[in-house]
Amino acid sequence: MPQCFSSRRRKSVAPACLLAFVATLGFAVPAAAQTAAPAATGGAAMEQFVPIAIYRTGPYAPGGSGIYGAYADYLALVNARDGGVNGVKLVYEECETGYQPDRMIECYERQKAKGPTGAAAFTPSGTGGVYALIDRMTADKIPSVTIGYGRTDSSDGRVFPYFFPLISNYWSENTATIRYIAEREGGLEKLKGKKIANVVMDFAAGRETQAILDAQAKRYGFEVTTFPITPPGLDQRAVWLQVRQYRPDWVLFRGWGAATPTGIKEAARAGIARDRIIGWWWSGSEEDVTPAGDAAKGFITAQFHATGPNYPVFEDIKKYVYAKGQGNVEENRIGSVYYVRGVLHGVAVTEAMRTAMKKFGNRPLTGDEVRWGLEHLVMTSERIKQLGLEGLMPEIKVTCADHEGDGAIRFQQWDGAKWVMISDWIKSDQSMVRPLIEASAAQFAKEKGITPRDCAGETN
Amino acid sequence: MFHRDAGALKTSYGEEQAIFPVALDRWAVVALMAVGALVVPFVAGPYWLGSILLPCLILSLAAIGLNILTGYAGQLSLGSGAFMAVGAYAAVNLVIRLPWLPFPVSFVLAGMVAGAVGLAFGLLSLRIRGFYVAVATLAAQFFIEWICTHIPWLVLNTPSGVVSTPTLFLFGFGFSSVPSRYLVAFVTVVALAFVAKNLIRSSAGRALMAVRDHETAAELTGVDTTRAKLTAFAVSGFYCGVAGALWAFLYLGNVEIEAFSLHRSFQILFMVIIGGLGSILGSFLGAAFIVLLPVAIANAATLFGEALKPDVLANLELMIFGALIVAFLIIEPSGLARLAVKAKDRLRRWPLPY
Repeated sequence: MPQCFSSRRRKSVAPACLLAFVATLGFAVPAAAQTAAPAATGGAAMEQFVPIAIYRTGPYAPGGSGIYGAYADYLALVNARDGGVNGVKLVYEECETGYQPDRMIECYERQKAKGPTGAAAFTPSGTGGVYALIDRMTADKIPSVTIGYGRTDSSDGRVFPYFFPLISNYWSENTATIRYIAEREGGLEKLKGKKIANVVMDFAAGRETQAILDAQAKRYGFEVTTFPITPPGLDQRAVWLQVRQYRPDWVLFRGWGAATPTGIKEAARAGIARDRIIGWWWSGSEEDVTPAGDAAKGFITAQFHATGPNYPVFEDIKKYVYAKGQGNVEENRIGSVYYVRGVLHGVAVTEAMRTAMKKFGNRPLTGDEVRWGLEHLVMTSERIKQLGLEGLMPEIKVTCADHEGDGAIRFQQWDGAKWVMISDWIKSDQSMVRPLIEASAAQFAKEKGITPRDCAGETN
Repeated sequence: MFHRDAGALKTSYGEEQAIFPVALDRWAVVALMAVGALVVPFVAGPYWLGSILLPCLILSLAAIGLNILTGYAGQLSLGSGAFMAVGAYAAVNLVIRLPWLPFPVSFVLAGMVAGAVGLAFGLLSLRIRGFYVAVATLAAQFFIEWICTHIPWLVLNTPSGVVSTPTLFLFGFGFSSVPSRYLVAFVTVVALAFVAKNLIRSSAGRALMAVRDHETAAELTGVDTTRAKLTAFAVSGFYCGVAGALWAFLYLGNVEIEAFSLHRSFQILFMVIIGGLGSILGSFLGAAFIVLLPVAIANAATLFGEALKPDVLANLELMIFGALIVAFLIIEPSGLARLAVKAKDRLRRWPLPY
């Protein structure tokens, strides 16, 4: 590159030099920094590396920055307040995915081996990433923690040992929602003859609840009709006019990103009562309803956690993290929906580490050891209270076979300024969900030639 | 001095018409192939091999496909992502439903299905020209996305619409490790790149370029423009289709329509434009540029990790990426391939430039 710096014939050399410069800066320097890092911190450091795949850019940035920024905040809190998990300091690093599955793979591969024991767990940050990483993470024995998204049938831990779609999945949410509707109607037998419109974004996560909804319609005798919205769902007028013609008693709405406020506004214009529309949890953030203005008043969504800034854990985060200027998102988002989800990711990973340390000792853990911790993760109400999360999350108990943890769902309603919790925790109907999950997982096992684990031997 | 083409005398028409007439070029290509096939899989770590080189190679193939259509035949296409999807969906159906077919055969058939779909949308280009063709291919993008999400049979009736791809087997050997997957992609891409290079040098390829440069003039000089355009669409569809199959089986490990959205089509178009329209080498350079640059920027940015807020960093990455693309196009509008030609020129004249 010496010619890059001579003034003669600069014009013809410049682009090549620019390219060479970028390439050098991009690859050579970090490589050098990486090799130097372990020497500086000493060989067997009491450090656990936690990769954070995040999407702060692109159309879904409000979700990505909130969730994974809060995840980082919680890890920072554990470091600052408790000195890490049982003395093991958490080292974390962000990797931007832009919500693109191929970038999620790249992030995973870049980060999986960092730190003395490799990544504790990885949060693929998108369902597309989860699907793409199944083979890789199973081979590398690194657990995937996804809360509120992920591959639904990976709740069957016998087939998916390294995948943890914790607290709830879309099928469980669906049965809890039907139970909630029954509660409002005055009992499951009152569902008979009711008409439910299922308005879904036409992507994988939206379509996959069709089977469970049909099964419930058959059992309880209600009628369900699906109205698909083409992503990104910025023009929904025709759909909501059809919904009105159908005259449903209840509307289930699975919007995502800008499609949610658009849908709410169109529903208002079509004269559909918003307090009869129940969104899933990806329609249930402040960012989803604020753009719809007054039209969103009364809109209900399912939620696997509570929201609001007044929980002890958030006080701690403000005191130990934000007061020192180390926060990862805007401080006024603390306690918002996405923020809570990120904190729950942090809680799940750190508590799983704590559980695993009881068996393996207080030291940095490998991915497989954290997987053991996740499979034995029990969040009792006492523990939830200790962590300052009382009321914020349901109790869960994860087992080798059940990677969901038998969580529960709450319902919230937008009052025009904030979400108000309008129900207690409602359990999902696992008698309906579990057979579908097991059938789907068995199908996957057959296609991939996987022999499901025998969970009887995994009790310790 | 370093690059010599003087004194390389040819004594037969065969030598004159060889794919690389200059001995040095020929050896350079052979050496590159040898390094790529024999050295890289053993030297490069799984991160480089599986997350950088593999996607680079596969997207290069798609870029070659689009380059044949847009760079050589002059038909602007926004449907490359969709043609990749056709290839991926066809391949996964063939591999799972007809497990007795060796996978290279399935992939070629999948490419042919994509080629046929390309041909069908190419029919539109017989009636319309220029940007209108681009709009027709945009329609292909939406139409194919819709088909792939609404016919359950295509996704083997899985409720989520996402099909996990099985491991590829050939003569009892399973291609699941990173180096083996890289080698499958490498061999396929190199073979198809040679085919493309030869196609371009043939009379069919010259017909494409004649259509691109002036359709009426081409027709007047006896070029069958209908045939040329349809060839371009079919071949381009084939290349994109094979790339889609490789992307699904070797990189993502599943078939999902979101991987082949309009975003992908634009990404491939950018590769072709930045790499150089009408250049096979440019397709590789463009793919490398688009895949590597964001990763390089992200890596470089971690150096300033303490000083910069992560949210600033994430957006900075996009800004630098955009700025570099603009800078390159201003400095070298003909793309990276032109830079390679210039570099060769400089090497030829070194150390006595004039």
